[in-house]
Amino acid sequence: MTDISDPSALSADAEAPRVAQETARQRTLRAFRSAPITAWLGMIVIAIYVIVAVFAPVIAPYGEREIVGDQFELRSAEFLLGTDNLGRDLLSRLIYAARNTVGIALMTTFFAFTLGGLLGMLAATLGGWVDQIISRIVDVLMSIPYIIFALLFLTVANTWIGQMDNPSPWLYTAALIAIMALLDSTRVYRLTRAVAMNIVVMDYVEAARLRGEGLFHIIRKEILPNATAPLIAEFGLRFCFVFLSISALSFLGLGIQPPTADWGSMVKDNATLVSFGEIIPLYPACAIAVLTVAVNFVVDWMLHRSSGLKE
Amino acid sequence: MHPILSMALRRLALGLLTLLVISIVIFSAVEMLPGDLAQEILGQSATPETVAAFRKELGLDKPPVERYFSWLGGVFQGDFGKSLASKREISELISGRFANTMFLAGYAAVIAVPLAVVLGLMAALFRNTWFDRFVNVFTLSTISFPEFFVAYILILLLAVGFPFGLALPFGLLGLWIAVEGYGAMKENFKINKSPLIPVVFLLIGIGLIINMVMGFMGVENWNPITKEVRAFPSIANISPESSLADRLDRAFLPALTLTMVVTAHMMRMTRAAIINLLASPYIEMARLKGMSPWRVIIKHALPNALAPIINVIALNLAYLITGVVVVEVVFAYPGLGQLMVDSVTKRDITVVQACCLVFAVTYILLNLIADILAIATNPRLLHPK
Repeated sequence: MTDISDPSALSADAEAPRVAQETARQRTLRAFRSAPITAWLGMIVIAIYVIVAVFAPVIAPYGEREIVGDQFELRSAEFLLGTDNLGRDLLSRLIYAARNTVGIALMTTFFAFTLGGLLGMLAATLGGWVDQIISRIVDVLMSIPYIIFALLFLTVANTWIGQMDNPSPWLYTAALIAIMALLDSTRVYRLTRAVAMNIVVMDYVEAARLRGEGLFHIIRKEILPNATAPLIAEFGLRFCFVFLSISALSFLGLGIQPPTADWGSMVKDNATLVSFGEIIPLYPACAIAVLTVAVNFVVDWMLHRSSGLKE
Repeated sequence: MHPILSMALRRLALGLLTLLVISIVIFSAVEMLPGDLAQEILGQSATPETVAAFRKELGLDKPPVERYFSWLGGVFQGDFGKSLASKREISELISGRFANTMFLAGYAAVIAVPLAVVLGLMAALFRNTWFDRFVNVFTLSTISFPEFFVAYILILLLAVGFPFGLALPFGLLGLWIAVEGYGAMKENFKINKSPLIPVVFLLIGIGLIINMVMGFMGVENWNPITKEVRAFPSIANISPESSLADRLDRAFLPALTLTMVVTAHMMRMTRAAIINLLASPYIEMARLKGMSPWRVIIKHALPNALAPIINVIALNLAYLITGVVVVEVVFAYPGLGQLMVDSVTKRDITVVQACCLVFAVTYILLNLIADILAIATNPRLLHPK
């Protein structure tokens, strides 16, 4: 983590003129060709997940919420992985869950980055009391583990939604996304602020300030382009964290609500099978684990590249 | 004043301030709720008079600031108020469960801390060898796995498939070592220099022999803690009457799950802290005067790496206190985490509030102790100029 906030982490961009003769495309190709096998493996796995998520209705043999058989049917030609506790096809739900679980985690990470990144750059550029106020709030939110605050806020939000007339099930998901994005943005804020702090002292930012450029021009044109490399790697790490947290909450029955197919709650629904030596409940958990490992592999490679370390 | 003392006092003040702010956040969560708490407790059938009387009894007619201080005062005296769902005193609900959670966390910590530090030191000593790489991959994957995945795998291997489930990881490990060892031997026989190889092979051998002997004797489920013929229990339903041995036996799988999750973090940080130091001139000096690598690490690197290691250990212990939430639910362990999850499902906000506060206090206190310990072990601060 420390090597990101280090100024040398930005050397890849600082050296940009040296490799400017190459086109961007050539540079990307060269980077991909030099990627280690673990990074390739990670990228292939991620691509498979994306394809499964996008084409879920085409690939899945049955519908997401369709009850097609008896409870806990065994594997057969009809149901490749058997059926779940309500008689829904497990394979289809596994496929649809790629959409829901990954989609919600991606959205949460995206919001967390928008909020945390913007505030972090604002705090670094403006400094003074803005920085002080935001940083102290973040300190408080980070002083205890996210899950404690998440459970507290989820109770409040769910009570609010529960008292509405005829609430839409999507409201619970929206509340989940908002709460997790808020809690996760604190970590993004810390990193962005640290990275941006190293950039705002550069001469070109000073020059832009003297030119009389506005705050958002400085953030968008001067700071953001130089902060992207560490932020992209961080996006992968934060995604893993959010993905695991939301899965854990869903497993506890507090995250993505049924009947939406989701890996965390699927493990919970079928957990009784484990005591009979059946590994079916582990498939969704395995799906979570494989994606996290894959993203970690790719992030490792990107961090290694952006830190400028050579083997 | 001694620099250590003044720094410790400053940390203490900061910790108390954070706790105060957190308590305000937790208190206002209930304030943010829609509707009336008194109405919620009494139910819809209560007459307006009873609700009004009850409001007075709870002090709900007073302004929020006054209520906050009376709530805080109550908490200091161990009075958390009443549960919305069961109408029982929250302190009753919490006390036994909190002890259970601390027991589970302590159990896991006793296994995890020595294991992580020794593994981390070994990985630093044998860095860039097959041992280091194996530990690296293993810990990276336990970090990437959801806790419930680790928990269910352990149930499958140690509770349901015991003891034959053990053969699978041992077999995979053996296969991996064979492949890796062959590659390393082809390189330059470097592998023979590591004293770990015979040890690991011995362990695997012993494991496999025990497995085989037990299989031949028809002993399928032999539990090494209780010395009885049965597998580890997959449900950790301890009661206040359980004896210590019984508790240790029933909480073994949850503790092992937690151990696996936190050991990974602690071990990686220990390794990183030591390796960071190995480039320092004084380490080079020690090496040049002919010290053995193991002594260099113990005598010169470890004291200087203690601060970050202690920090990471405390962070993980604090994590244990809260990370138990998922594990307690998987194993139906009657701890504070399970109570909290149940209360969130029932929307029993006062219990959630109390659990939050207890978790927050424990977490911040542990971090505070770690901070102070890290300062106290800093060699530069021990000898002020």
